[in-house]
Amino acid sequence: MKPRYLIPLFYILFLLLPIYWLVAMSFKTTNEILSGFSLFPQTFTLENYAAIFTDPTWYWGYINSILYVSINTVISVAVALPAAYAFSRYRFLGDKHLFFWLLTNRMAPAAVFALPFFQLYSAVGLFDTHLAVALAHCLFNIPLAVWILEGFMGGVPKELDETAYVDGYSFPRFFVQIFLPTIKAGVGVTAFFCFMFSWVELLLAKTLTAVEAKPIAAVMTRTASSAGYELGLLAAAGTLTIIPGAIVIYFVRNYIAKGFALGRV
Amino acid sequence: MARITLQNLRHSYLPNPSGPDDYALKEIDHVWEDGGAYALLGPSGCGKSTLLNIISGLLVPSEGKILFDDRDMTALPPDKRNIAQVFQFPVIYDTMSVYDNLAFPLRNRGRDEKIVRERVTAIAEMLEVTSMLDTRAANLSPDNKQKISMGRGLVRNDVNVVMFDEPLTVIDPHLKWKLRSKLKELHQRVNATMIYVTHDQTEALTFADQVVVMDLGVIVQIGTPVELFERPAHTFVGHFIGSPGMNILPCEVRDGGAFFRGQPVTLEGPITKIGTRAEIGVRPEFVSLADSGIEAVVRKASDIGRHNVVEVMVGDTRIAAVTEGDRPAKGDTVHLQFRPDQTRLYADGWLATEARG
Amino acid sequence: MKTVNQKAWFFVLPVLVLVAFNALIPIMTVVNYSVQETFGDNLFFWQGLDWFQQILQSDRFHAALGRQFLFTGLILAIEIPLGIIIALSMPRKGFWVPVCLVTMALPMLIPWNVVGSMWNIFTLPDIGLLGYFLNHTLGIPYDMTQNPVAAWITVIVMDVWHWTSLVVLLCYAGLVSIPDAYYQAAKIDGASNWSVFRYIQLPKMKTVLTIAVLLRFMDSFNIYTEPFTLTGGGPGNSTTLLSIDLVKIALGQFDLGPAAAMSLIYFAITLLVSWVFYTLMTKNDNT
Repeated sequence: MKPRYLIPLFYILFLLLPIYWLVAMSFKTTNEILSGFSLFPQTFTLENYAAIFTDPTWYWGYINSILYVSINTVISVAVALPAAYAFSRYRFLGDKHLFFWLLTNRMAPAAVFALPFFQLYSAVGLFDTHLAVALAHCLFNIPLAVWILEGFMGGVPKELDETAYVDGYSFPRFFVQIFLPTIKAGVGVTAFFCFMFSWVELLLAKTLTAVEAKPIAAVMTRTASSAGYELGLLAAAGTLTIIPGAIVIYFVRNYIAKGFALGRV
Repeated sequence: MARITLQNLRHSYLPNPSGPDDYALKEIDHVWEDGGAYALLGPSGCGKSTLLNIISGLLVPSEGKILFDDRDMTALPPDKRNIAQVFQFPVIYDTMSVYDNLAFPLRNRGRDEKIVRERVTAIAEMLEVTSMLDTRAANLSPDNKQKISMGRGLVRNDVNVVMFDEPLTVIDPHLKWKLRSKLKELHQRVNATMIYVTHDQTEALTFADQVVVMDLGVIVQIGTPVELFERPAHTFVGHFIGSPGMNILPCEVRDGGAFFRGQPVTLEGPITKIGTRAEIGVRPEFVSLADSGIEAVVRKASDIGRHNVVEVMVGDTRIAAVTEGDRPAKGDTVHLQFRPDQTRLYADGWLATEARG
Repeated sequence: MKTVNQKAWFFVLPVLVLVAFNALIPIMTVVNYSVQETFGDNLFFWQGLDWFQQILQSDRFHAALGRQFLFTGLILAIEIPLGIIIALSMPRKGFWVPVCLVTMALPMLIPWNVVGSMWNIFTLPDIGLLGYFLNHTLGIPYDMTQNPVAAWITVIVMDVWHWTSLVVLLCYAGLVSIPDAYYQAAKIDGASNWSVFRYIQLPKMKTVLTIAVLLRFMDSFNIYTEPFTLTGGGPGNSTTLLSIDLVKIALGQFDLGPAAAMSLIYFAITLLVSWVFYTLMTKNDNT
C-alpha cells in the first residue's frame, strides 16, 4: 500500500466513527446507555428496533418519507428531462436568464420559505399530504436535475438526433427509444441526487405535514422531545434512515464520479 | 545523443504470462543508431506504443535491457533518461503561455534563464510559432497545440531521442502534410535520433530513413521505404505497405518451382526455404494484362487517376493489377503476366527466395 | 451550434410552472409581509421599509450575520483544501475506488436532523464516544452545552464530517478526467509533484472546484437543521446562525414582518455573494 492512501483511510475512519457510535447505541438498552460508557453493546438488544417496527407512528414515518421522496424524484426527473433537452439543444428567448434563475432557487434558504409554504399549501388544500412535500422539494431539486441532465445531454452529439430524424423517428419516439437509453447513466445520477436531497431535508417536510404525511425525521424530533431521553430508540431510528440512502448509492456507485464531473457552471 | 540498444526485450501486461500470446512484446532485439530518423509502423495493437513507453521509461519491461550507448537504463525513470516524447493528443499546460510551455522542460532542469530564452526563441522560430509566444496555450488550435507539444520535445538540445506517438492523429488532413514536412526538416536541423510511431504508411515512409515494421509484438522487417516496398520480408509487410497491398497467392512447390493453380510461375531466384504453407507474393504494380498467361475474369476496374486498378478473379483467388491505358470491362476474360524479378515465394509467411545476381 | 427554436419554451414550461409556483408565490408572500405590521386576526398595516431599516440596524442581525460568515468562512477554509488533498491521494482505479466513493458519500445521505442527533450522541460528555474520549481519556474538559468554543468546534467538525465528501467527489471527478498522457508528459518534462499539481491537476479541477465552492457556500449559508439539532443555537446565542435566528423570529416569536424583511435581506446576501464568487472564479476563462 502506498503511504498516500493513509489519507483517505483516516478520512473514512473519521466518517465511520460517528456512524458506528449511532449503530452501537441502537443495540444498547436504555439502562446501559445511561449507566456509563461502553465501547461495544454489553447486552446486545433488538428492543429498540422492535419498538419501531411495532409502533405505527414510527414505521409510518418511514413509509411517508419514502412515498414523498419517490414522488418528488419522479416529478423532478420527468419535468427536468424535456427542459434539460431544450437547454442543451436549442437557443430561445431568455434561455440563459431562465437557467440562471432556476439555479438561484437552489440558493434560497429553506427557512425563508417555511412559513409562506405552510400558508400556500394550506390555501390550496394540500397541507399534510405527501404531494405537498414532494412539490415543495421540487423548489431545489428541479433546478439541480435540469443542471445535471443538461451536462449529460450536452455530451451527446447532436448528430444522434439528426440521424434519428433522417431515419424517420418522430420526436417522442426518438426521445424515449434512442435518447433516453443513451443518457441513462445521467438519469440515474440525477434521480440519485433528487432522492438524496429530498430524503435529507427536514425543515420543509416538517412544516408541511402534521399527522398523515409526517416524515420519519419529524417523528424523530418530536419523539426525542416528548419521550425524554430515549437515546437507544432515537439511535435505532437514525440507523434505519441511513439504509435507504446506502441502498440507492450502491446502485449508482459506478456513475457517481462521472455524474459530478458533468455539471456545468 | 546516444545509440539505443534493446536487448532481448519482452513485455507482458499480465503478472504471470504463461504462453507467447500473453506477451505484448515478444523478443525484441534492435539498435537505434544515433541521429537516425526511424518510423515504427504497424497496425493498432501490434505493440509499438508499448515499445515506445519502454524506451521512454514509462513502462519497465518484463524481461530484457535497454542501453543508451553502454549505460543500462532499464530501471531509470523517464526524467533521468533525457528523452522527449510527443503524444497522440496534444499535451499542453493550459494555464501557461506558449513561451512558458516551451520553457517548462528547461526550467524544471534548472537551466539558466538566458539559455532558456535562447532555446525557446530558436525552437519557436523553427516551428513558426514566434508570434504566439505570449498567448495562453489553452486558446490555440489543435494543430498549434500539437506544435507546442513537439516544441517541448525539441527544446532541450541534449536529448538522447525524441519519440512521436502518432502525433498527427488529431490534426486536420490538410495540415498533416505541413507538420510532417516540418518534422522532417527539424530532424535535419536538430540532428537528434527520432522515432516516429504510426499506423499510417504514408507518414512512416515520408518521415523515416529506416522503417521498423511490427506485427503481433515482433519486429517483422527493418529497412528503407524502398526495400519495404520492393522486397517485403514477410507477407504482412507486403500486404500492409502499398495500396493496394501485395497479392498473396496460395501455391504449390514441387520440383524446385512454384505452381499457382497448376500453372508454373517464374520466381526471382532459387527457393531457400520450404514450410508448411507456401505463397507467391507479387505487387499489383508488377502484374500486367497480356495476351497469354494465367486466365482470369475481371471483377472490377477502377480509374484512380494516372492508373487503373483492375481486380480479377482466378477461380476464387482475387488478384489486383495496376495498369495503364485502356480499362477492361467487368466480366472480360484477360491473361495475367507477373514480372519474374519481382515475384517471390513466401514460406509460412517469410520470404523464401533469393534474388538472382 | 444550437439552433434557435422558440418552441423549446414548451419543453421548459412544466419546470417553469412548478418552480414558479414554489418560488414566486412564497416570495411575494414574504415581500408582502415585509412591508406590513400585523397584530394577528389577519389585520395588516402598511409599514413601508421600516422593517428593513430596523433589521439592518439591529445588533442581533449583525451578530447572526457575523456568526454566519465566520461559520461559512471556516468550513470553506477547511473543507476545500481537505477535499482536494483527499481526492489527490485516492486510488484512481481498482477495487477500492467504488468502496471509497460509497463510504464517502454516506454522510451526505443521512437526514440532516439525524446528522445533528448522531453528533449529539457522539459528543455527549460521559456516554458519547468522542465526549468520553476527550474528557476521560485525554482529560480535556469538553461540554458543548456549556462552552461556546466547544460548541463552535463541534458544529464545524460536524459540517466537515458531513460535507467534505462533496468536495472530494467533485475534485475526484475532475482528476479522473485527466488523460494519462498529461502525467507521462510531465514526467518526461521533469516536472516536480508540485508542478504537476499546479499546472495540470489544479487547472483541470477548476470547473468542479467552482461548483464545489458555490454549493458549499450556498448550503452552509442556508444551514439550519444540523446545528439546530446539535446545539439549538446555544449555549446562549453562540451558535445561532442566520437561519436559526430567522426561524426563531418567525415561528418562535411570530414577528412576521421583521422575519420577512430579514428573509429578503438574507436571500439577497446569498445571491450577491454567490454571484461574486461565480464572477471571480470564472473571470479568467475568456482571457
